[in-house]
Amino acid sequence: MADFLYQLLLTFDATLRIAAPLILCAMAGIFAERSGVIDISLEGKMLTGAFVAAAVAALSGSPWLGLICAIFASIFMSLVHGFACITHKGNQVISGVAINILASGLTVVIGIALFRRGGQTPTLGRDERFKPLDWIGTETLDAVPLLGVIYRQLISGHNVLVYLALLAVPLTAFIIYRTRFGLRMRAVGEVPEAVDSAGVSVTWLRYRALIIGGVFCGIAGAYLSVAQGGNFVREMSAGKGYIALAAVIFGNWRPLRAFMACLMFGFLEAATSRLQGVDLPLIGEVPTQLMLALPYVLTVLLLAGFIGRPSPPAAIGQPYHK
Amino acid sequence: MSGPTPPLPRWADLFLLPVINLMAALFVCGLVVLAIGENPIEALGVMLKGAFVYSGGLGYTLYYTTNFVFTGLAVATAFHAMLFNIGGEGQAYIGGLGAALAAFAIGAAPGIVALPVAIAGAALAGACWGVIPGYLQAKRGSHIVITTIMFNFIAASIMVWLLVGPMLEPGQQSPQSVPLPEGSYLPKMHEMLGAIGVETAATPLNASFLLALVSLAVFWVLIWRTRLGYNIRAVGQNPQAAHYAGINVPRTIIIAMAIAGGFAGLLATNEILGISHRVILNYTAGYGFTGIAVALMGRNHPVGIFLASLLFGALYQGGAELDFEFQSITREMVLMIQGMIILFSGALAYMFNPPLARFIARISAPKREVAHG
Repeated sequence: MADFLYQLLLTFDATLRIAAPLILCAMAGIFAERSGVIDISLEGKMLTGAFVAAAVAALSGSPWLGLICAIFASIFMSLVHGFACITHKGNQVISGVAINILASGLTVVIGIALFRRGGQTPTLGRDERFKPLDWIGTETLDAVPLLGVIYRQLISGHNVLVYLALLAVPLTAFIIYRTRFGLRMRAVGEVPEAVDSAGVSVTWLRYRALIIGGVFCGIAGAYLSVAQGGNFVREMSAGKGYIALAAVIFGNWRPLRAFMACLMFGFLEAATSRLQGVDLPLIGEVPTQLMLALPYVLTVLLLAGFIGRPSPPAAIGQPYHK
Repeated sequence: MSGPTPPLPRWADLFLLPVINLMAALFVCGLVVLAIGENPIEALGVMLKGAFVYSGGLGYTLYYTTNFVFTGLAVATAFHAMLFNIGGEGQAYIGGLGAALAAFAIGAAPGIVALPVAIAGAALAGACWGVIPGYLQAKRGSHIVITTIMFNFIAASIMVWLLVGPMLEPGQQSPQSVPLPEGSYLPKMHEMLGAIGVETAATPLNASFLLALVSLAVFWVLIWRTRLGYNIRAVGQNPQAAHYAGINVPRTIIIAMAIAGGFAGLLATNEILGISHRVILNYTAGYGFTGIAVALMGRNHPVGIFLASLLFGALYQGGAELDFEFQSITREMVLMIQGMIILFSGALAYMFNPPLARFIARISAPKREVAHG
């Protein structure tokens, strides 16, 4: 039993590590989509961030500089998205697809030109990455049963970006629900005409929402290549941006619920990798490849109205014509 | 902006604007090539030579073209009903499963029986994978974009599971299936040409290229010469009006997605029945996504789709040549070009519209301009 609990704790620990980039991207998705812009380019922005963070960290030796540059690169991609579908009223989905494919190509092309390693960046040293932070008191709390282990494994010992991801959720909720900007941004995603007739710029509001999303995606990218991993590998975002998008939908475009969805998807993945090759009673060997499809299956079922009813922003996907 | 934009003449809308968009995309790509210290003109020359001049280059180009015709049609058919089908990749993947299952089911039959069955299997399986998102959109109101994205991932998971599990060839390390029965192999083009006395280089180009050409013709007839095609376009233009005109909108959406998935599934005829003769992990290799660029560039018209497929075929084949000729440019360059083309011909399609329209209006009717003051 104690062993099972410990395993469970380790799985929760892994859940948090897997969920961190999902949470950041989901918050980015909430900003974009609540302002009325479909954002399937979360994936591409995260990939861009991952590459730039790893490349800059490798060249400069500083993970912080890498993080900052990743954020700017990701914002740049957001601006391209905005330029196409806010300024020029292009199709938001097409623009997102373009950014995802562009990111796949550009990261490898520039990676090869810079490092000549087939698209990878050099492996970062310990000091060039974000290290796990040991919180004060882990030693003293170790003496306490249960609580000590939980404190050491689950609460302490993550890198700074994980805590940043956790902070992003209340921050997003605060901005969206408690600030004037948030109120206007939500309005722009529902009835842009009303916001426009109140004399507030729809364009500028949507651009700001995308820029904030760019910041979060950039951090998520840096997390992949400079905190969780030790270098950039091509296509390293591996569909996480789409899972984050699924979490946004699953969370009904609300920060706290999307956060819970990210944790659920993260837990599914963590549990799957722990159950690999394990024979369970009744079920037999777990089909891990099929388990990994669960977030997508659940999202399809949810969107189809089989579990709950999704309520997307009313004006989502429609360019605003004055 | 000064005054309303004058309408763009039809010829400019159909030919000039797409060419300008393509040029803009290639121009930005050229800047990237310059930035990484290579000569973009030289790179373009290497790609053109690789795609058309070298022995066998054209065969490879047309082989890639075949794939893009199928996936381009998958996107275009849905586009006519104003549905954005991002699921071409998954539909093609499942199409491969259908082709293989049909081929195994018919077993060691002669080609004249086995081939049509395997081809039908590919189309049918692809259609099934397209029809579910279509149904969910039409009847349950799910967003087709999100559903098709999710279905790509679900298809990928199912195929990984099958290829490392039930379908894995015994003794094989890499995830791939047992070879299909020989009756289901499509003949190679150089063999067919050789049989009538024309000698060409051996390339992967096979009879599925002819199937792609037939598909283009079928697509044209379907969309512009049948009642169903009319319904699809009517639903795409205005679902409410279509509904009042007595068209069953949900049914049309579902059928359009079935046809779209069927076209995507036919990709398996080239890759599996034509070349590998077995199902291989990730054999779709992103062709489904390229179909989006093809449909956008080709303006959802068969002639345009063929030309765009040819362009991407040449890019893919020529891109492979880049690996040999340059130190710092590889075939991933093609992915970047593809992204730029989707951005400029898709998302920014009408960026050049107002300036171009004003320019044409000014040079073609200078007197009216004066009269307007």
